[in-house]
Amino acid sequence: MKVILAILPIISLIFAALNGKMQEMSESIISKSGEAVELVISLCGIMCFWCGIMRVAERAGLTEKLARALSPIVCALFRGLPKGSKAIGLITMNLAANILGLGNASTPLGIAAMRELADLERADEYATDNMILLAVLNTASLQIIPATAAALRSANGAENPFDVLPCVWIVSVYAAVIAVVSAKIMGRISRKKEKR
Amino acid sequence: MTDFTSWIIPLLTVAVLVYAAFKRVDVFEAFCEGAADGLKTCADILPALVLLLVCIGMFRASGAVEALTSLMKPLCSAVGFPSEVVPLVILRPFSGSGAMAVYNEIASSVGTDTFAERVAAVLIGSSETTFYTVAVYFSAVKVKKTRYAVPAALTADLTAWIVCGFAVFLFFGN
Repeated sequence: MKVILAILPIISLIFAALNGKMQEMSESIISKSGEAVELVISLCGIMCFWCGIMRVAERAGLTEKLARALSPIVCALFRGLPKGSKAIGLITMNLAANILGLGNASTPLGIAAMRELADLERADEYATDNMILLAVLNTASLQIIPATAAALRSANGAENPFDVLPCVWIVSVYAAVIAVVSAKIMGRISRKKEKR
Repeated sequence: MTDFTSWIIPLLTVAVLVYAAFKRVDVFEAFCEGAADGLKTCADILPALVLLLVCIGMFRASGAVEALTSLMKPLCSAVGFPSEVVPLVILRPFSGSGAMAVYNEIASSVGTDTFAERVAAVLIGSSETTFYTVAVYFSAVKVKKTRYAVPAALTADLTAWIVCGFAVFLFFGN
């Protein structure tokens, strides 16, 4: 990130000098700072509302319900974990919280699951296959309601911010499947290398 | 299609509230707690958003974005992907607020409810800050060698954008 933050302004400066757009660039620095505040304010309402509704859902036990439904999938994906172990429970809860968009709840659950896996598989400084699978599943953003994307769209005046929902679901599921498949393939390749 | 999507949020809201009342949850208290969390999230992203919106705004104002997108145009048009969204594909795995800033630039330059804007929104909604996520999860257990975790996650990220363009095209046309 540090590198990006250095590269972006330098490239901008060079381009602005070449294109004779220094005036525009200077103005953009001032106006964009104000725009950031406006953006956050217009996002704030829907973010609060959705976080509130999802907290209600969590209190009502929907996370546990979803976790129970996910359990067979998790058992099939994560190999070699003892049945009914704490790790499986934590992984399913982490994924369920992800799906409901409970960002603040899912990360601690995921980290707890990671610790459990590290103990169970006696990991040293190398990640185990199951640990990688858990991390990779968490990078796929499997949530039913992409609240931030919808809030951004409505802040910019989209007519129906949620009309992209089916597209988001398709791409999310695609990304999750590809992430799991490529993790499984790469895991097999790296194990073969170690045997040699 | 848009008819069906406008039902989702109202139905989900009502379902959650009714189910919670049925389960005798203190709905009011739980909602306020969650909403306060949402407020905190918004306040937390503001400082980062100021920096990133300025950096990305400078990048656009300088004309560098046009250079980048015209460079990417041949590849993009081959797979039907809007070249305006390329900067978002690149920045998304690194920074969440950076992605928000880029989205905002795209939306204000091409307008909402356009092909490029929808693709950008779908991309934001269906991906994560991959590098950050991997770092958080592995540093919690002091694992230094993440082996193939990043390549596997990036394989998904870097192919998702093609599917993204295709899905939006399928539902909304060009």
